Amino acid sequence: MNRIEFTRIPFIKNALKSRYPQLAVFIVMLVGYIFAILAGLIGTPVGSRNFSIVFVWIAWWAILILVAVPFFGRGWCAVCPIPLPGEWLQRGAVLNPPDKKPKWLNLRVPKFFRNIWLQSISFLLLALFSSVLLTTPNITGIVLAVMLFGAIGLSTVFERRAFCRYLCPVGGFIGLYSQTAPIELRIKVKQICVTCDGKPCYNGNENGYGCPWDVFPGGLTKNTYCGLCMECIRTCPHDNIAINLRPFAADLAKLSTRIDEAFKAFIMLGSAMIYAGVLLGPWGAFKDAAYNVGTSAWFMYAIVFLAIIFVILPGFFTLGILKTKSALPLKQRFASLATALIPLGLMFWVAFSLSFVLTNTTYIFASLSDPLGLGWNLFGTANIPWQPMFTAILAPAQTLALVGGLIWSARTAQKAANEIKTSSIPVIVFCFIVTLAMLWLLL
Amino acid sequence: MKSSMALALLGLVAVIVAFAPLPVQLGTPQERTFRVEARQFAYSPSELEVNPGDMVTIQLVSTDVVHGLYVDGYDISVEADPGQSATLTFVADKPGSFRFRCNVTCGAMHPFMIGKLNVGRNDWLYRSIGLAILGVTSFFPLSSFLSQRKIKERVNG
Repeated sequence: MNRIEFTRIPFIKNALKSRYPQLAVFIVMLVGYIFAILAGLIGTPVGSRNFSIVFVWIAWWAILILVAVPFFGRGWCAVCPIPLPGEWLQRGAVLNPPDKKPKWLNLRVPKFFRNIWLQSISFLLLALFSSVLLTTPNITGIVLAVMLFGAIGLSTVFERRAFCRYLCPVGGFIGLYSQTAPIELRIKVKQICVTCDGKPCYNGNENGYGCPWDVFPGGLTKNTYCGLCMECIRTCPHDNIAINLRPFAADLAKLSTRIDEAFKAFIMLGSAMIYAGVLLGPWGAFKDAAYNVGTSAWFMYAIVFLAIIFVILPGFFTLGILKTKSALPLKQRFASLATALIPLGLMFWVAFSLSFVLTNTTYIFASLSDPLGLGWNLFGTANIPWQPMFTAILAPAQTLALVGGLIWSARTAQKAANEIKTSSIPVIVFCFIVTLAMLWLLL
Repeated sequence: MKSSMALALLGLVAVIVAFAPLPVQLGTPQERTFRVEARQFAYSPSELEVNPGDMVTIQLVSTDVVHGLYVDGYDISVEADPGQSATLTFVADKPGSFRFRCNVTCGAMHPFMIGKLNVGRNDWLYRSIGLAILGVTSFFPLSSFLSQRKIKERVNG
């Protein structure tokens, strides 16, 4: 399938070039985000009745993992409100570039941190405390506020969107899985970028800002680090930037050689499995351990959690590929072949989220009418009784996701193995075994 | 064989694995009673095994706050006050594995207070494993068949 360029359609192109449609969405998102912080801090402590828990961890999560990431890649990053206040402060403007830039430190992020390890660490910090975070409104409120103010702080010290690019706990896995999405931002003609004076897409001009994601669009080959902010569409003087519809997972043909990205795939795969067992399984002892932060049981849980994602899963994977014939060193083979885990990990999260979301969707209607749990009934839905939805199709849908993910990953493994001239069988066997484990945990 | 035929055949086998009727487990329906203790945020026992057709009675005893027990798929529930017990009786006429969960907000981890009711074999799990095996084993011949076809098409222009 060839690419279909959306930006050829004048309506879409104009909507993306103009700052006003994006600003309107930003304002709605920012108001919702600030309301979620306030609801978490001053609303009812009952999680299932509080806007912050219900809208962040059920509604937003469902949209993110079931729709936004699989179909729009970093589409969420394009409308995320977290970096906005900091970015406006950093730019000294809300819309077009001002004549005079404010004098912030504008430092470059040190090279040591220019990878996704910090994002993986921030994700793991949230993951280890997730039983409390997902269920306790004031903790959710505090975490949301910390992210907002953290992004503001980093914007005053570092150039561009340092928070989004290097620290956001969500941005890391959105970037990883955005490679599977059928949407991409790419240049049209490479030669135009090569000869372009001043590279305004990266450095900015009077029409817009230099890439907030610290990416040179002319060199983009993957979705991973492009936040779809649309600045380059505004700044490119040659109309050389396109938004394309493309086949799913087109980026996975270009193998990763980075160990931080490889480990991110293991972190996400393992976390989905652990969540399926701990949160959705019938084992009360695991839930107690995950919830009672600071106890010896929790420390044991944290150790097992980290061991699964950093030692057990990568260890078995490495053992599998250790003896395969290849001209590449093991570290590079590990990074390249871990690309195959990306579709499977995404589908693990889809299968996990289906169960969690369909069971708790009715809380959204109740919370809409009474977002703070103060006894309001704004839309007459406050007293809708809790009722799981579509439980009859849940197991078939999860099977479809997991088996589909397995086949998708097997195909990716085969392509990756062909590329680096080694065998795909150990990777496919690994994917098969973890899929069986996930099926057992969820069904 | 055309690639579309190979895919259709594979799809047919997948449908058979997913939906073909399996031998029914025969057995005389029995009356089964379970005393299930509910506490924040777990049931004990948390997994119940019955046979299809059994008359099941669950005596739910809450040891701390008000708890409920809702059975997915059966759409039935019961609630028990602290220190009290309540009884739920039903015929387990739908085979498979079902989650049961607390349906009364009982604290922070309430949405994850979950147990499991197994009515006979968990057929869907075995079917899913079958589909996974089918997916992986058919992958190699199908993939090499499609690649060869692609090469032939290129050679033929």
